[in-house]
Amino acid sequence: MANPKPEELTQIDYQPGRKDWMNPAVEFRKGVFCYSAAPKNLRYLGLPNPREWQPFDKDWKLPADWKRTILEGMRERLRKFRSFRLFMDICVRCGACADKCHFYIGSGDPKNMPVLRAELIRSVYRRYFTTAGRVLGRLAGARELTEDVLKEWFYYFYQCTECRRCSVFCPYGIDTAEVTMIVRELLNLVGCNINWVVEPAANCFRTGNHLGIQPHGFKDSIDFAVDELEEITGIRVEAPINRKGAEILFVVPSADYFATPHYFTLLGYLMLLHEAGLDYTFSAYASEGGNFGLFQSHEMMKRLNAKIYAEARRLGVKWILGGECGHMWRVIHQYMDTLNGPADFLEVPVSPVTGTRFEHARSTKMVHICEFTSDLIRHGKLRLDPSRNNRWNVTFHDSCNPARAMGLLEEPRYILRNVCKNFHEMPENTIREQTFCCGSGAGLGTDENFEMRMRGGLPRANAVKYVRDKFGVNLVACVCAIDKATLPTLFEYWVPGMEVAGVHELVGNALLMKGERERTGDLRGEPFQEKEASTHA
Amino acid sequence: MKALSSLALVVALAALAFFLGRVEPLRVVLGVIIPYVAIAIFLAGVSYKVIVWSLSPVPFRIPTSCGQQKSLSWIKAGWLENPHSTPGVVARMALEVLLFRSLFRNTKAELREGPRLIYGERRFLWLGALAFHWSFLVIFVRHLRFFIEPVPRLVMVLDRLDSFFQVGIPLLYITDVTIVAALLYLLLRRLRDPQVRYISLFADYFALFLILGLALSGVWMRYFARIDVVAVKQLAIGLVTFSPIVPREVTSLFLVHLILLSTLLAYFPFSKLMHMGGIFLSPTRNLANNNRRKRHVNPWDYPVPVHPYQEWEAEFHDKIAAAGLPLEK
Repeated sequence: MANPKPEELTQIDYQPGRKDWMNPAVEFRKGVFCYSAAPKNLRYLGLPNPREWQPFDKDWKLPADWKRTILEGMRERLRKFRSFRLFMDICVRCGACADKCHFYIGSGDPKNMPVLRAELIRSVYRRYFTTAGRVLGRLAGARELTEDVLKEWFYYFYQCTECRRCSVFCPYGIDTAEVTMIVRELLNLVGCNINWVVEPAANCFRTGNHLGIQPHGFKDSIDFAVDELEEITGIRVEAPINRKGAEILFVVPSADYFATPHYFTLLGYLMLLHEAGLDYTFSAYASEGGNFGLFQSHEMMKRLNAKIYAEARRLGVKWILGGECGHMWRVIHQYMDTLNGPADFLEVPVSPVTGTRFEHARSTKMVHICEFTSDLIRHGKLRLDPSRNNRWNVTFHDSCNPARAMGLLEEPRYILRNVCKNFHEMPENTIREQTFCCGSGAGLGTDENFEMRMRGGLPRANAVKYVRDKFGVNLVACVCAIDKATLPTLFEYWVPGMEVAGVHELVGNALLMKGERERTGDLRGEPFQEKEASTHA
Repeated sequence: MKALSSLALVVALAALAFFLGRVEPLRVVLGVIIPYVAIAIFLAGVSYKVIVWSLSPVPFRIPTSCGQQKSLSWIKAGWLENPHSTPGVVARMALEVLLFRSLFRNTKAELREGPRLIYGERRFLWLGALAFHWSFLVIFVRHLRFFIEPVPRLVMVLDRLDSFFQVGIPLLYITDVTIVAALLYLLLRRLRDPQVRYISLFADYFALFLILGLALSGVWMRYFARIDVVAVKQLAIGLVTFSPIVPREVTSLFLVHLILLSTLLAYFPFSKLMHMGGIFLSPTRNLANNNRRKRHVNPWDYPVPVHPYQEWEAEFHDKIAAAGLPLEK
C-alpha cells in the first residue's frame, strides 16, 4: 500500500467521536505504529519476555502474570517518582494541553491530547490505587487493566515523542514525557517494546553506539572525514581516537559520523576544533552521545550513559565536550550527573582558547559545542566569512530537549547570525520553548511509522513552509541528530526542496582556516555564491 | 449524561439538607456533626495526601525550561521562565500560583486551507480560572467575619473593597458576581467545547456543580432570603469554639449551604481539587535549572549492569589492534 498523500492527511476531523474514551479500541493500521523489538536484542540486554510477536497480532504472548507485574511496577514507581504520583492525582482536565501536541494537531485522534494520553493510565491508577476508584469504578473515572488497555498504552505511549511541549502550557506543569517514560518502563516489564528503541540500545551497550559501529568502523569513518576535509581545505586535521592524556573528550551522536546530512556537521566540528587548536580525543568506546535508554527506562538510560564518565576517567581528560544532539542533551543536562556522577575526577571546564570558565557546567563537567563555539566567536577567536553560506536562507528549528529541558536558545542563534547572512525566525508559537517536535523523536523515527511521523511533523513543517513562502528560507538549521535524520523526509513530504543542516556545518562553511587553500565550494561540494540567497520566494 | 447525573447529585444533596433541616432532631446532625466530620476528613485527608506525595522522592531534577538557560555571562538568562536559583524559582512559582502563568500562554491551534496552521491567543480559560479562584479566595476570607469576633480589620477592608460599587441593599459583592459568572463560563466551556467535553469525567462536573450550588445558595441567602445573620454567626462561632449550637432562627436554606460546603470539604482530599496543594510540589516547576552546576542526588539510586571498557576491549581486541587504535592490554 502506498503512503497517503499530503492532501489526504490534512483531512483531519477534530470532532471527537461519540464513543466513550474509556472503552479501549486500537487498530494497528499500517503506517501508524512501530514494529516490536526483536527477541535477540531483548536477550542481549537481559530484558523480560523476549519472543516473536507483532502489535497487530491478536495474541501478544504476554507472561501469565503480566497484570500483577504491571500493577506492582506501578506501585513501585508511585513510590519512587513524585512526578508520577502527582501527575496521576492533580490533573483537572482543563484541556489547555489538548491542541499543544503535534500528534493531536496532525491526527485529530482525541487520545493524542496529552490529557487523554495520561488518562489512559490515570484511569488504571484510580481503579487500583485510590479508594474512590476501587469503590465507584467507572463513575470515578476508573477502569480495569485489561489486555486491550495494555494494547492501547502501547499504541499511544509509542505515539508520544516526549517533547514536553504540553508541559509548558499545563498550569501544574504536568509533563506527559514523564508519564510516557513511566508507562514505557511498565510496558518493558512485560516485553512490549519497539525495535527502533531496543536495537539501538542493544547496539550501544555492545559496541558503544546506536548504529552498532565497531571500533575499526568508527576509525574508518573519522579517517574518511579527515581525508575529505583535506581535499576541501588542503589542511590535514588531527582527529585522535582513544588517546590518553588529551585535555578534552569529545562525544557526538553516532549519526554524525555515519549519516547525511549529519556528516557535514562532523566536518564542521573537525575544522573548528583544529582551528581552535583543541587538545581533544574521540572515543570508540564512548562513541555515542545519544541515549535510546531514555526512551525505554531510567535503568537503561543509566546503563548506556555510564560509558561517558567511565571513558573520561580512563583517558584522564579534564572535561567533556558534547556534539549536536537533542535527547542526548536532555540526558547529559538533566540526568547524567545524577545517574553516573559525581564527576569529581574531572575539572571545571575551561575553554583553553578564551579562558572562559563554564561555571554553569561546574558539576557535570560537560559543555555543549554551541556554548563552546559561541564563546569562541564572542571573543573573536574565529575568522568567519558568512558570505560563504550565501546560498542558504536559514531558519532555526529548536529541538525539543535543548529547548524545554535545558534552555539552549540563544547560543545556536548567536552562532547562526555570525556564520550566515540570511536568517529568519519561524512564528513565535513554533520556536523556542514552544517549538514543535519533528514528529519522530523518542524512538519513533522508523519507516513503518511513516504516516504517524508525517502527521506529528505537520506543525513543524507548516511553520517552515510559512518562512519559505514569506522569506524564501531554504535551509532549516538544527542541533539534533534525530532532526537531521527525519526532517528531510518530513520536508520532502510537506515542504519539498527544503534542506536540513547542523549548525556546525554552517560554521564549517564560514570558517576561514589558517593555511587553507582557496576554497570554491562548501562542505557539500556546492560552489559558493556571490549573491545572497533571495529573501523573497 | 455525566453532567446531568452530577447535577442531580448536587440537587439531591441540597434537597436532602433542605427537608431534613426542617426536622428538629436532625438539625444538630446537619449543623454540627456533619460539618465537624467534614472538617476532620478535610484536614486528615489533605495532610495524608501531601505526606504521601512528599514521601515519594524527586529522583531527578526535571524542570521544564521555558526560557534561556544561564550559561555564558554575556547571554541574558531567563531568570524567571528558566530559573537557575532559588529566588527565580520562588518568583516562577508565585506567578504560577497567583497568576496562572502557564495557563496565560494558552493558544488555540486551527488548521485552515492550504494547509495552514494558525495559533491564536486564547486567554478566556485563563481569565475564567483566575476570576473563579480569586473570587473564591476573597469570599473565603470575607466569611471569616462569621467566625471571628471582633472582625479583623483585614476582613473588614476586604469586605468594603468587595462592595466598592455600593449597589443595592444589602450591598452587592463583586466577587459574588464574578464567581458565578466564572463558574458558568467554566461549565459551559466544558459542555460546549467538543474536546473538553470528551475528556470530562463525572468528577469534573460534580466539582463545578457543587461549588456553583454553594455559591448560589450563599447568594440566595444574602440578597433574596435575607437570613438572620446573627444566628448564623452564633452557629459559626459555636463551631469554632467547640460549643456548638444550632439557633432556632437558622433556616433550612442555610443548612443547605452548610451541607454543600461540608460535602466539598470531605470530597476535596480525594479529588482533583488537590491540585491546590499539588502545584507547589510539581517538579517541572519548583526546581531550579542548575542541573550541570549543582549535582542532584537520587536517593534510590542503585548499581546497574554496564559494559565496562575492559570487556569491550576484549571483545573487539583484534579489530582495535588492526585499526591501530591504542589498547590497554
